[in-house]
Amino acid sequence: MIGLQHYLSIAAILFALSVAGIFINRRNLILLLMCIELMLLAVNFNFVAFSRYLGDETGQVFVFFILTVAAAEAAIGLAILVVLFRNRRSINVQELDSMKG
Amino acid sequence: MGVIFSRNPVYAVLFLVLAFFQSAVLWLLVEAEFLAIVLVLVYVGAVMVLFLFVVMMLDITVEKIQGGFTRYAPIGLLITALMVIELVQVIWLRGNVGEVAAGFAATPEGYSNTGALGAVLYTEHAYAFEIAAVILLLAIVAAISLTMRRRPGLKTQDIAKQVSARAGDRVRIVKMDSEERR
Repeated sequence: MIGLQHYLSIAAILFALSVAGIFINRRNLILLLMCIELMLLAVNFNFVAFSRYLGDETGQVFVFFILTVAAAEAAIGLAILVVLFRNRRSINVQELDSMKG
Repeated sequence: MGVIFSRNPVYAVLFLVLAFFQSAVLWLLVEAEFLAIVLVLVYVGAVMVLFLFVVMMLDITVEKIQGGFTRYAPIGLLITALMVIELVQVIWLRGNVGEVAAGFAATPEGYSNTGALGAVLYTEHAYAFEIAAVILLLAIVAAISLTMRRRPGLKTQDIAKQVSARAGDRVRIVKMDSEERR
Protein backbone atom coordinates (compact mmCIF):
# COMPACT_ATOMS: atom_id res chain seq x y z
CA MET A 1 0.00 0.00 0.00
CA ILE A 2 1.42 3.33 -1.02
CA GLY A 3 1.32 5.68 1.90
CA LEU A 4 2.39 9.09 3.01
CA GLN A 5 5.95 8.03 3.61
CA HIS A 6 6.51 6.88 0.05
CA TYR A 7 5.42 10.23 -1.23
CA LEU A 8 7.57 12.09 1.25
CA SER A 9 10.55 9.94 0.25
CA ILE A 10 10.04 10.72 -3.41
CA ALA A 11 9.83 14.41 -2.64
CA ALA A 12 13.00 14.23 -0.56
CA ILE A 13 14.88 12.42 -3.31
CA LEU A 14 13.65 14.91 -5.91
CA PHE A 15 14.72 17.83 -3.75
CA ALA A 16 18.14 16.33 -3.12
CA LEU A 17 18.57 15.68 -6.84
CA SER A 18 17.82 19.28 -7.63
CA VAL A 19 20.30 20.43 -5.01
CA ALA A 20 22.86 18.16 -6.63
CA GLY A 21 21.96 19.65 -9.98
CA ILE A 22 22.64 23.15 -8.71
CA PHE A 23 26.00 22.02 -7.40
CA ILE A 24 26.96 20.17 -10.55
CA ASN A 25 25.77 22.57 -13.23
CA ARG A 26 27.31 25.70 -11.94
CA ARG A 27 28.03 26.91 -15.44
CA ASN A 28 24.71 26.96 -17.20
CA LEU A 29 22.10 29.39 -15.97
CA ILE A 30 19.21 27.66 -17.73
CA LEU A 31 19.94 24.42 -15.94
CA LEU A 32 20.01 26.29 -12.64
CA LEU A 33 16.52 27.62 -13.35
CA MET A 34 15.34 24.13 -14.21
CA CYS A 35 16.73 22.81 -10.94
CA ILE A 36 14.79 25.48 -9.09
CA GLU A 37 11.63 24.28 -10.86
CA LEU A 38 12.41 20.77 -9.71
CA MET A 39 12.79 21.98 -6.14
CA LEU A 40 9.39 23.64 -6.26
CA LEU A 41 7.95 20.41 -7.62
CA ALA A 42 9.36 18.51 -4.66
CA VAL A 43 7.81 20.99 -2.24
CA ASN A 44 4.50 20.63 -4.05
CA PHE A 45 4.80 16.89 -3.67
CA ASN A 46 4.99 17.28 0.08
CA PHE A 47 2.03 19.64 0.09
CA VAL A 48 -0.15 17.29 -1.92
CA ALA A 49 0.78 14.27 0.14
CA PHE A 50 0.07 15.96 3.45
CA SER A 51 -3.12 17.53 2.17
CA ARG A 52 -4.36 14.11 1.17
CA TYR A 53 -3.19 12.59 4.41
CA LEU A 54 -4.93 15.15 6.58
CA GLY A 55 -8.00 15.39 4.37
CA ASP A 56 -7.63 19.15 4.07
CA GLU A 57 -7.87 20.96 0.74
CA THR A 58 -5.90 23.99 1.91
CA GLY A 59 -2.64 22.29 1.05
CA GLN A 60 -3.74 21.83 -2.52
CA VAL A 61 -4.77 25.47 -2.71
CA PHE A 62 -1.25 26.28 -1.60
CA VAL A 63 0.15 24.09 -4.35
CA PHE A 64 -1.96 26.03 -6.80
CA PHE A 65 -0.46 29.32 -5.65
CA ILE A 66 3.04 27.90 -5.71
CA LEU A 67 2.48 26.81 -9.29
CA THR A 68 1.34 30.33 -10.13
CA VAL A 69 4.34 31.96 -8.56
CA ALA A 70 6.68 29.40 -10.13
CA ALA A 71 5.27 30.13 -13.58
CA ALA A 72 5.72 33.86 -13.04
CA GLU A 73 9.23 33.30 -11.75
CA ALA A 74 10.13 31.15 -14.73
CA ALA A 75 8.81 33.75 -17.16
CA ILE A 76 10.71 36.61 -15.56
CA GLY A 77 13.84 34.53 -15.11
CA LEU A 78 13.88 33.50 -18.72
CA ALA A 79 13.27 37.08 -19.82
CA ILE A 80 16.23 38.23 -17.76
CA LEU A 81 18.23 35.36 -19.25
CA VAL A 82 17.40 36.44 -22.79
CA VAL A 83 18.40 40.03 -22.09
CA LEU A 84 21.60 38.81 -20.42
CA PHE A 85 22.49 36.62 -23.36
CA ARG A 86 21.82 39.47 -25.75
CA ASN A 87 24.17 41.73 -23.84
CA ARG A 88 26.94 39.33 -22.86
CA ARG A 89 26.68 36.61 -25.54
CA SER A 90 27.02 34.03 -22.78
CA ILE A 91 25.07 32.57 -19.88
CA ASN A 92 28.04 31.16 -18.10
CA VAL A 93 27.64 31.90 -14.41
CA GLN A 94 31.38 32.16 -13.91
CA GLU A 95 31.59 35.07 -16.31
CA LEU A 96 28.90 37.11 -14.59
CA ASP A 97 31.31 38.99 -12.41
CA SER A 98 30.78 42.52 -13.61
CA MET A 99 29.44 43.51 -10.19
CA LYS A 100 32.54 42.29 -8.46
CA GLY A 101 33.87 45.00 -6.20
CA MET B 1 18.61 12.23 -13.09
CA GLY B 2 18.70 13.19 -16.71
CA VAL B 3 17.86 16.77 -15.92
CA ILE B 4 21.03 17.39 -14.03
CA PHE B 5 23.45 15.14 -15.85
CA SER B 6 22.72 15.62 -19.52
CA ARG B 7 25.19 17.70 -21.43
CA ASN B 8 22.74 19.10 -23.92
CA PRO B 9 20.22 21.53 -22.41
CA VAL B 10 17.53 20.40 -24.84
CA TYR B 11 17.71 16.87 -23.48
CA ALA B 12 17.62 18.29 -19.96
CA VAL B 13 14.38 20.13 -20.73
CA LEU B 14 12.86 16.99 -22.20
CA PHE B 15 13.83 15.01 -19.12
CA LEU B 16 12.24 17.71 -17.00
CA VAL B 17 9.03 17.30 -18.99
CA LEU B 18 9.21 13.59 -18.27
CA ALA B 19 9.65 14.29 -14.57
CA PHE B 20 6.62 16.57 -14.57
CA PHE B 21 4.49 13.98 -16.33
CA GLN B 22 5.48 11.36 -13.81
CA SER B 23 4.67 13.57 -10.89
CA ALA B 24 1.33 14.43 -12.47
CA VAL B 25 0.53 10.73 -12.62
CA LEU B 26 1.63 10.32 -9.01
CA TRP B 27 -0.68 13.16 -8.01
CA LEU B 28 -3.49 11.45 -9.85
CA LEU B 29 -2.83 8.43 -7.68
CA VAL B 30 -3.51 10.45 -4.52
CA GLU B 31 -6.68 11.77 -6.12
CA ALA B 32 -5.43 15.30 -6.57
CA GLU B 33 -6.86 15.29 -10.07
CA PHE B 34 -7.21 19.00 -10.56
CA LEU B 35 -3.62 19.74 -9.64
CA ALA B 36 -2.38 16.93 -11.84
CA ILE B 37 -4.20 18.36 -14.83
CA VAL B 38 -2.99 21.86 -13.99
CA LEU B 39 0.55 20.55 -13.74
CA VAL B 40 0.37 18.99 -17.17
CA LEU B 41 -1.36 21.95 -18.79
CA VAL B 42 0.53 24.79 -17.20
CA TYR B 43 3.93 23.27 -16.70
CA VAL B 44 4.36 20.88 -19.57
CA GLY B 45 2.23 22.98 -21.87
CA ALA B 46 3.49 26.45 -21.13
CA VAL B 47 6.53 26.72 -18.93
CA MET B 48 8.46 23.87 -20.46
CA VAL B 49 7.72 25.10 -23.97
CA LEU B 50 9.03 28.47 -22.83
CA PHE B 51 12.20 26.81 -21.56
CA LEU B 52 12.58 24.89 -24.79
CA PHE B 53 12.13 28.08 -26.80
CA VAL B 54 14.78 29.88 -24.84
CA VAL B 55 17.18 26.95 -24.96
CA MET B 56 16.85 26.74 -28.69
CA MET B 57 16.85 30.48 -29.24
CA LEU B 58 20.09 31.01 -27.39
CA ASP B 59 22.17 28.74 -29.51
CA ILE B 60 24.50 27.51 -26.84
CA THR B 61 26.95 25.17 -28.37
CA VAL B 62 27.32 21.84 -26.67
CA GLU B 63 31.05 21.98 -26.35
CA LYS B 64 30.81 25.24 -24.44
CA ILE B 65 29.04 23.34 -21.70
CA GLN B 66 31.44 20.42 -21.90
CA GLY B 67 33.31 22.01 -19.02
CA GLY B 68 30.86 20.02 -16.97
CA PHE B 69 31.81 19.16 -13.46
CA THR B 70 33.22 21.94 -11.44
CA ARG B 71 35.46 21.54 -8.50
CA TYR B 72 32.43 21.79 -6.26
CA ALA B 73 30.88 18.61 -7.65
CA PRO B 74 32.28 16.12 -5.10
CA ILE B 75 31.24 18.17 -2.09
CA GLY B 76 27.87 18.76 -3.70
CA LEU B 77 27.30 15.08 -4.20
CA LEU B 78 28.39 14.45 -0.63
CA ILE B 79 25.91 16.98 0.72
CA THR B 80 23.19 15.49 -1.47
CA ALA B 81 23.84 11.98 -0.25
CA LEU B 82 23.75 13.20 3.34
CA MET B 83 20.47 14.99 2.71
CA VAL B 84 18.85 11.91 1.18
CA ILE B 85 19.99 9.67 4.00
CA GLU B 86 18.83 12.01 6.72
CA LEU B 87 15.49 12.83 5.15
CA VAL B 88 14.63 9.23 4.46
CA GLN B 89 15.72 8.29 7.94
CA VAL B 90 13.53 10.95 9.48
CA ILE B 91 10.59 9.99 7.33
CA TRP B 92 10.86 6.26 7.87
CA LEU B 93 12.10 5.93 11.41
CA ARG B 94 10.47 8.75 13.31
CA GLY B 95 6.87 8.28 12.26
CA ASN B 96 4.85 5.41 13.62
CA VAL B 97 5.32 3.39 10.48
CA GLY B 98 2.66 0.82 11.07
CA GLU B 99 -0.08 3.37 11.33
CA VAL B 100 0.95 5.75 8.58
CA ALA B 101 2.14 3.24 6.01
CA ALA B 102 -1.28 1.71 5.81
CA GLY B 103 -2.13 4.11 3.00
CA PHE B 104 -4.37 7.09 2.66
CA ALA B 105 -7.90 7.04 3.96
CA ALA B 106 -10.45 6.42 1.27
CA THR B 107 -12.36 9.43 0.06
CA PRO B 108 -16.12 9.39 0.47
CA GLU B 109 -18.31 8.33 -2.38
CA GLY B 110 -18.99 11.01 -4.96
CA TYR B 111 -16.09 13.16 -3.81
CA SER B 112 -14.96 15.67 -6.41
CA ASN B 113 -11.47 17.01 -5.95
CA THR B 114 -12.00 19.88 -8.35
CA GLY B 115 -15.28 20.85 -6.72
CA ALA B 116 -13.85 20.77 -3.22
CA LEU B 117 -10.82 22.74 -4.30
CA GLY B 118 -12.92 25.36 -6.02
CA ALA B 119 -15.19 25.68 -3.00
CA VAL B 120 -12.22 26.44 -0.78
CA LEU B 121 -10.36 28.54 -3.33
CA TYR B 122 -13.13 30.99 -4.08
CA THR B 123 -14.36 31.46 -0.53
CA GLU B 124 -11.59 31.25 2.02
CA HIS B 125 -8.70 32.08 -0.25
CA ALA B 126 -10.32 34.57 -2.60
CA TYR B 127 -7.92 37.32 -1.58
CA ALA B 128 -4.84 35.19 -2.23
CA PHE B 129 -6.39 34.15 -5.51
CA GLU B 130 -6.61 37.76 -6.65
CA ILE B 131 -3.03 38.35 -5.57
CA ALA B 132 -2.01 35.38 -7.70
CA ALA B 133 -3.77 36.95 -10.66
CA VAL B 134 -1.88 40.20 -10.09
CA ILE B 135 1.39 38.28 -9.87
CA LEU B 136 0.72 36.67 -13.22
CA LEU B 137 -0.05 40.05 -14.75
CA LEU B 138 3.18 41.35 -13.27
CA ALA B 139 5.05 38.47 -14.87
CA ILE B 140 3.56 39.26 -18.27
CA VAL B 141 4.42 42.95 -18.03
CA ALA B 142 7.91 42.30 -16.70
CA ALA B 143 8.76 39.67 -19.31
CA ILE B 144 7.58 41.83 -22.19
CA SER B 145 9.18 45.02 -20.98
CA LEU B 146 12.47 43.23 -20.33
CA THR B 147 12.78 41.60 -23.70
CA MET B 148 11.37 44.37 -25.84
CA ARG B 149 13.96 46.29 -27.74
CA ARG B 150 13.64 49.20 -30.10
CA ARG B 151 15.06 48.45 -33.47
CA PRO B 152 16.21 51.44 -35.47
CA GLY B 153 14.14 52.03 -38.55
CA LEU B 154 11.04 50.48 -37.09
CA LYS B 155 7.88 52.50 -37.62
CA THR B 156 6.12 52.92 -34.30
CA GLN B 157 3.55 55.26 -32.85
CA ASP B 158 4.56 58.01 -30.49
CA ILE B 159 1.38 58.59 -28.57
CA ALA B 160 2.44 61.79 -26.85
CA LYS B 161 3.43 63.31 -30.15
CA GLN B 162 0.13 62.30 -31.72
CA VAL B 163 -1.96 63.74 -28.94
CA SER B 164 -0.10 67.00 -28.78
CA ALA B 165 -0.31 67.61 -32.51
CA ARG B 166 -2.32 70.69 -33.49
CA ALA B 167 -3.88 71.57 -36.79
CA GLY B 168 -1.54 74.53 -37.11
CA ASP B 169 1.46 72.20 -37.13
CA ARG B 170 0.22 70.15 -40.03
CA VAL B 171 -1.69 72.43 -42.36
CA ARG B 172 -0.36 75.69 -43.65
CA ILE B 173 -3.08 78.03 -44.86
CA VAL B 174 -1.93 80.26 -47.64
CA LYS B 175 -3.78 83.46 -48.38
CA MET B 176 -3.61 84.38 -52.05
CA ASP B 177 -5.67 86.04 -54.64
CA SER B 178 -7.58 84.01 -57.12
CA GLU B 179 -5.92 83.69 -60.47
CA GLU B 180 -7.48 83.92 -63.83
CA ARG B 181 -7.65 80.78 -65.88
CA ARG B 182 -5.49 80.82 -68.91
